[in-house]
Amino acid sequence: MSDSVPFVQQAPTPPETSALFGDLHPAFDKQAAIPEANRCLFCFDAPCMQACPTHIDVPKFIKKIATGNLGGSAQTILAANILGASCSRACPVDVLCEGACVMHRYNKQPIEIARLQRFAMDAFHASGDKLPFAPAEDTGRKVALIGGGPASLACAAELRRHGIAATIYDARPLPGGLNSYGIAEYKLPLAESLREIDMIARLGVEFKFETTVDAAMLAELEATYDAVFIGAGLGAIHKLGVEGEDLPEVTNALDLIAGYKTGAVTKAPDRVAVIGAGNTAIDAANASVRLGAKEVHMIYRRGPENMSAFAFEYEHAKQEGVRFHWHVQPVGIEGTDKVEALRLSKLEAHEDGSLVAQKDLDFLLGIDQVVLAIGQATHTNFLEGTSVAVERGRIVIDRVTGQTSNPKYFAGGDCTNGGREVVDAVADGKRAGLGIAAWLAGKTEVANANA
Amino acid sequence: MPTLRNKFAGIDCINPFWLASAPPTNCGEQIMRAFDAGWGGAVWKTIGEPITNVSSRYSAMDYQGIKMLGFNNIELISDRPIETNLKEIAEVKRRYPKHVVIASLMVESKREVWHDMVARAEDAGADGLELNFGCPHGMSERGMGSAVGQVPEYCEQISYWVKEKARTPVIVKLTPNISDIRMPARAAKRAGADALSAINTINSITGIDLDTFEPRPMVDGKSSHGGYCGPAVKPIALNMVQQIQSDPDSMLPLSGIGGIATWRDAAEFFLLGCGNVQVCTAAMHYGYRIVEDMADGLLNWMSEKGFETIDDFRGLSLPNVTEWKRLNLNYRVVAKIHADKCIGCQLCYTACWDGAHQCIHLDRAQGGSQAIVLGTDPRYAHGEPNPHGMPTPAMVFAQSAKTITTTPIPKLDLNGPGVNSNVTPLERIPRVDADECVGCNLCSLVCPVDNCITMERVENGLHPETWEERSASLSAAGH
Repeated sequence: MSDSVPFVQQAPTPPETSALFGDLHPAFDKQAAIPEANRCLFCFDAPCMQACPTHIDVPKFIKKIATGNLGGSAQTILAANILGASCSRACPVDVLCEGACVMHRYNKQPIEIARLQRFAMDAFHASGDKLPFAPAEDTGRKVALIGGGPASLACAAELRRHGIAATIYDARPLPGGLNSYGIAEYKLPLAESLREIDMIARLGVEFKFETTVDAAMLAELEATYDAVFIGAGLGAIHKLGVEGEDLPEVTNALDLIAGYKTGAVTKAPDRVAVIGAGNTAIDAANASVRLGAKEVHMIYRRGPENMSAFAFEYEHAKQEGVRFHWHVQPVGIEGTDKVEALRLSKLEAHEDGSLVAQKDLDFLLGIDQVVLAIGQATHTNFLEGTSVAVERGRIVIDRVTGQTSNPKYFAGGDCTNGGREVVDAVADGKRAGLGIAAWLAGKTEVANANA
Repeated sequence: MPTLRNKFAGIDCINPFWLASAPPTNCGEQIMRAFDAGWGGAVWKTIGEPITNVSSRYSAMDYQGIKMLGFNNIELISDRPIETNLKEIAEVKRRYPKHVVIASLMVESKREVWHDMVARAEDAGADGLELNFGCPHGMSERGMGSAVGQVPEYCEQISYWVKEKARTPVIVKLTPNISDIRMPARAAKRAGADALSAINTINSITGIDLDTFEPRPMVDGKSSHGGYCGPAVKPIALNMVQQIQSDPDSMLPLSGIGGIATWRDAAEFFLLGCGNVQVCTAAMHYGYRIVEDMADGLLNWMSEKGFETIDDFRGLSLPNVTEWKRLNLNYRVVAKIHADKCIGCQLCYTACWDGAHQCIHLDRAQGGSQAIVLGTDPRYAHGEPNPHGMPTPAMVFAQSAKTITTTPIPKLDLNGPGVNSNVTPLERIPRVDADECVGCNLCSLVCPVDNCITMERVENGLHPETWEERSASLSAAGH
C-alpha cells in the first residue's frame, strides 16, 4: 500500500456537492469538548457502553478527552470499534449511547457522546499515519472477505490484530460499501470514510476492487484461503411493480445517494417523489432538497406511527421541507418519454392491520423523478454450493463467533441481520474476526498435536 | 429585621464583610469603589518600604473546568510610596467616615521603625492596624511576613512594640505555614493584641507546565513558592479558626480569612467564632459586586433562622467540634439508596468496592434486599473480608462486555437501549448491604443526585460510649 495513492485522495465527491451537504452536527472545538467531557459522570459499567453494539468504553474515552490524553482517547475508541470515526458521525446515537445516558434521568441533556467521539477521532486522524494497534506476528493464516463494507473492514482489522492476512474483495472501485457510498454526506462524507479505511490498509489489509464474487470464484477462494468471511450486505432495492417503472427518471435511494457522493448526480429535478419512509428514504429525500429540488414528496402507505425511520430522522426531513403523504400507495407512474406524474391510491387501514385501496380515490401527483426506497432485496445466490445455511435471505450465524453452518465460512453485517446500522456491522465483523482467529488457532493446536 | 451591623475589636462596622489586604485594596480609588459596591471595610494592601514586584505574579489551580478553585500569588506588599498610601487613607476616611479602613503594616523588625509606622498610619486616620506576619513569599526572605509569624517570640516582640504605640485596635494576621497556629496566636495575645486575623496564604506551587517544565507563575523560566488561597483552602482555614477559638490562651476577636466567596462560607466562619470575614480571591475573580449576595444571602438566612445579629450565632458550632476520643463509638448510620431517585450511574457501587468496604451490590433484580438484620453491626465482628462471594466490579464489567447489543429498529425493538431512558432499570440500582455498611458516607458523597443516598440512623440499643470512656473502663478492669 505504501506506494499507492491513499483512498482519501481518490474521493470523487465534487466540492460543489460537499458544499451543499455541510455537517449536520458540527465538530466540537477543544473549548467546547473539554467542558462537555467534564460533564460526564464517569458511570461504572456505563449504560452508554452497554447500549453500543461495539461496547466502546465511553466514559473512559471521554475522561481521556477531559485530561487532554487525546491519543489515548482515540485508542480506547479504536480498541472497541475500528470504524470509530464513521460511527461517531453515522450512528443513530439517540437510540444508542446518548439514548441510554443516565443524564436523561437527571433532568439534564445527555452527554454529546458522538461529538466527543468525533473530536477524539478527528484528532487521531489529523495526527498523521498512526496505527490503532501493532498487528501481531504473522501466523501464516489468510482469510478472504467478501464485500468491503463495515463488517468486512472490522473483521479484517481484528484478523490483522491476530496476525492473520486479510484480503477484501469488493465490487466497487473504492472500499467501504454503504459506509462510503450509502450514508448521507452531511452525516459521513465519503472522504472521511476513506480516510478511516486508509488506516485499516496501513494494518496490512489487502483490497481487490471491482471484483464481484460469484459462486465459481467463491469456490476458488475457499480452496485458497483458510477461512472466508461474508460481509456482502444486501442486494438491489425492491421494485414497485407498477406501470411506467422503466422510465429513465425512476431511480432508487441507494443509487441516488451513491450518485451524488461520487459526482454522477449533481442536481435534482424540480419535483421528486420518494417512495418509502425508512431512514434511507429520508436520506434520499433530504438529498433531493439539497440538490435543488423545489418539491420533495415522501409517499408512504401507512401513517407516521408506522414509519421505520427514527423519530429524529423524521424531524430532520420536516425541517428540510420534505412533504409527507400518508396512507397512499403508488399504482402507476405516468408519462410517455419521461416521468410526469405519480398515480396514487388512497389506502384505508383495517383493524386487522391490512391496507385496502379505496376505489375511485386515485389521484395524480405531478413529479419529475421517482426515487424508490422500499427496502433492499437479499443477495445470497453466490453461496449456492457452500452449504452455508440461509433463512429468509439472511445468512444464519452463531451470534458470538459469526460462524455459519459451514465452519470455514463466517459472516456478519446486513447479509446476516437484514439491514441494520454501521455499528452493528462493525460489532458483527469484530466478533467474527475473533471467532475466525479462535477457530484457526484451534486448528493450529490440533495440527501441532498431530505432528 | 436582622442587621449586619456589628462591632469588631471595638470598631463599629456597617457589615462584617471586609476586603483582605491584597490587590483589591491596592489604592484609595479601588477601595472607594468597593465601599460603593457594599463592602463594610477594607484592609489596605500592606504598607511598608516600597518593593519591586515581578511579572508574572498569579497562578491558579483549575479543576474539571472550574476556574481558580485554588489561587496563588508571589506579589509582595505595596509597591507604592508609604506617603501616597497614607494620603489616600486620609482621603478615603474623609469621604467614607462610616466605613472601616485598616492599615496593614509590615516594616523592618526594629522597635522605632514600627513605632514610626504605627503613628503615621493612625495619623492618616486608619481605624485599626493589621500586622502582616503572614506573607509567605519574598518578604519572609527579608526577615518579615511569615518569618515573623513562624516564630512566636518574634511575633510577640513586634506585637508588643506596636501595642506600646498604638491608639487604635491592633489585629495580628497569622500565617498557616506553621505546625500549630495557636503558638503565634498565644504570643500575640500575650503581647496585648486586640484581635487576630487568619489565615494568611499557604505555601504552594500550583502546578508545572508539562511542555516547559516550568512551575507557575513563571518569571523568566523560574517560579517561587507563592501564597495559596481561594475556595480550596477554606477547610484548612476553618480548622485553624476553630483551633484558635477553642484555645483560651489564643482567644481574641478573630477576623476569618481563607476561601470565603459566598455568604454561606462567611456564615461557617461566624459559626466557628469569627467576628467578621475578609475576602480577596473571590473579589479578584468576579469583582467587588459579589458582596451584594454575601449581604443579602446572609440576611435572608439570618431571618430564616431567627437571628437578629451576627453575635446571635457567632460560635454556635464551636461546642460541636471535639477531639476524636470524645466521639460516640456506638452511634451508627447506614447508607440508604432511594431507588426512586437513582439514575443508575453506579458510582456508589464502584466507590464502595474500591474505596470503602465492599457492601454495595448490584443484585436488586435478583431480590437483594436493603433491610437491616439487627445484631449484625459490623464494628463488633471485624476481620472478615466483606465480598461474601458477590461479583466484583471486574466481574460485572466483564459480563457486560459479553452481552450482544443491537441497534433497535423503531416500532420493532420496543425494549432496545435508550427506548425507555427515563426510568432506571432495576438491575442498575445498587443495593446497600445494610448489615455490612460501616456508615462511612463515601457512597452518599460520590452520588451525583441530591438526597438519593442518605445516611440513616440505626438504633442499636447501645449506650453512647467514647474511646476515652472505653479505654478508661478497660484499664480500670485491668486490661
